[in-house]
Amino acid sequence: MASCSIEDVLAKAERDEAEKLRSIAVNKELDLEFDPGHLLAFDKNRVDTREFKDNKGEDFLRSLARDNTQLLINEIWKLPTEKVDEVIVAKLPDSTTPLPREKPAPKPKPPTKWEQFAKLKGIQKKKKTNMVWDEVHKEWKRRWGYKRANDDTKEWLIEVPVTADPNEDQFAKRNKAKKERVARNEYNRLKNVARAQKIKVPGIGLAPTSQQSKSELAQAVNVAKISTASVGKFQEKLPKEKTSKNTGKKRKFQPLIGDFGSEKQKQLDLLKVMDSKKPRLDVTKAVNKQMREEDRESAQKSKKSFGKKGRKGNMSGKGKGKGMAGGKGKGKGKGMAGGKGPKGKGRKPNMKQGKR
Amino acid sequence: MTHLDGIVKAKTRRAKRFLQSREPKLTESLKNCMIIKGGNTSETLSQALKDVYALKKPNAVLYKKKNMVRPFEDSTALEFFSKKSDCSLFLFGSHNKKRPNNLIFGRMFDFHVLDMFELGVERCVSLKALKKDTCPVGTKPLLVFAGELFDTDREHQRLRSVLTDFFCGPRVSAVRLAGLEHVLHFTALEGRIYMRSYRVLLKKSGCRTPRVQLEDMGPSFDFSMRRSHMASDDLYRTAHKKPKGVKPKKKKNISHDAFGTRFGRLHMQKQNLDKLQTRKMKGLRKRKRRGEPAESVPPKTAKTDV
Repeated sequence: MASCSIEDVLAKAERDEAEKLRSIAVNKELDLEFDPGHLLAFDKNRVDTREFKDNKGEDFLRSLARDNTQLLINEIWKLPTEKVDEVIVAKLPDSTTPLPREKPAPKPKPPTKWEQFAKLKGIQKKKKTNMVWDEVHKEWKRRWGYKRANDDTKEWLIEVPVTADPNEDQFAKRNKAKKERVARNEYNRLKNVARAQKIKVPGIGLAPTSQQSKSELAQAVNVAKISTASVGKFQEKLPKEKTSKNTGKKRKFQPLIGDFGSEKQKQLDLLKVMDSKKPRLDVTKAVNKQMREEDRESAQKSKKSFGKKGRKGNMSGKGKGKGMAGGKGKGKGKGMAGGKGPKGKGRKPNMKQGKR
Repeated sequence: MTHLDGIVKAKTRRAKRFLQSREPKLTESLKNCMIIKGGNTSETLSQALKDVYALKKPNAVLYKKKNMVRPFEDSTALEFFSKKSDCSLFLFGSHNKKRPNNLIFGRMFDFHVLDMFELGVERCVSLKALKKDTCPVGTKPLLVFAGELFDTDREHQRLRSVLTDFFCGPRVSAVRLAGLEHVLHFTALEGRIYMRSYRVLLKKSGCRTPRVQLEDMGPSFDFSMRRSHMASDDLYRTAHKKPKGVKPKKKKNISHDAFGTRFGRLHMQKQNLDKLQTRKMKGLRKRKRRGEPAESVPPKTAKTDV
């Protein structure tokens, strides 16, 4: 009897060993589809509904799951492994099942105005240290930000420069300058953002925020007038409205980045002028300045004699007109040799009291 | 909200990091899930929602209050929630007489609903009932789908994609072999989907690959397919578009032969072999120099002779 039991025990042990050895093999009709990147397996085999009902569901599902998981584990164990911090890790390949993204792909941001300029000129970004030595406080402080080094708004003693007004508040002046710099920085940042997103920012005067001056309103009116399909050709004018011919900027600058040859030439010319000993005197400009001065003096004189009335008498009107004409003429009087030019200056006695 | 990103600047570094984490990235690794309750919920349904929340623990948000939302009619409320909590997956549970124990699995693209599947919970066995110890939170589960329906029927195919997206967890490049503890098994049978969750026990086998033994763990559900809303083809394609930076650049002019030797190709301009610059060797220079002194000597001797 004892021998039987021993034999039984041995046989059982043998059976257990055998079971363990054949354990990882699984028989399936169709091979599973694996996606190790997602630890995913897909079994296309037909699930037998009869078996499912016979085996009371749970056990059938469990055995099915066990088989499928065994195959998936076999697949994962085939992947290359490495040891990371005393732990064996299998490197997963890229996933083969395409899953949709959460958000659309990020678009590359267009470069800002400075970035464009730097790229053109070939300016490289220099990596700067975070901390700077502050001589005054004798310690290392941030280059920018909270409690930064060399912060001129935080100085307790400011020497008033010789050229400055003694009653001016230097501290307030520095604070104001800082506020202006911050505002300008913010404005430029918003302009960059608007350019990046191609948002059209309305021109000056069209989105009013505060009380606008006459010139700003006039500019807004002009812009609104030409914002039609036929660029303002058929817009009616008010009875006494004047159309301004010079719209937009009066001065035109050369583009900042462009012809390097001409830029170089200009700078060389400038150096030449600075080097030369002779002073440059623009005769026409000098003459016009002189004429303007004379007109102003004469206007002052005539104003003083009729000033008490405070009304625009004929004579004073004339005087004013003359002064105005003189002012106007200065702008137009180019290439006039000395002396008082006759008609070209536009010294008409019945000058309108227009432009003030 | 996206158009305000440039205009409204973050005031602290923490806020800046938060906004950056919400920006679209080149490669996405994680999708958050929000679990919402509808106007009326039953006991089984609330339990089911809590179980799914437990499965998805660190990357899910469970809303406690009830929301009168009808996703199939008007999904704007869901889109608003997803935008606020930055979740692209959602699970909406509701219960009424017509549709008892209703669960809607859905996903979003760009905060608009992409796909939605309504499943009815026929039977639910919750975590609490089983009282077994669970895997640590955040383990990446193994996913197994069984049943030919998942391959043949278009709706089931899409549902498979949605469930993969839902339960797959964060994308990782490597996985600890001993840490593969959790397996989710979905079986499609006769219009029903059986979801089972097991704990994987890796036993010794004769060879390197271990033998798998499963232990019942976690929630198990029996779903029945109800309505569905699938995205249109072009929206689906847009959602799958890969950005340019992701594809690895092909290295040109490099080839391998059968033995594994690496070959490269060089492209040269046309060379004039006559004027080729080679190394100069003195001895091989032309004899011109030696000939000249010999020539100059004879005329002198000729002169003296005469």
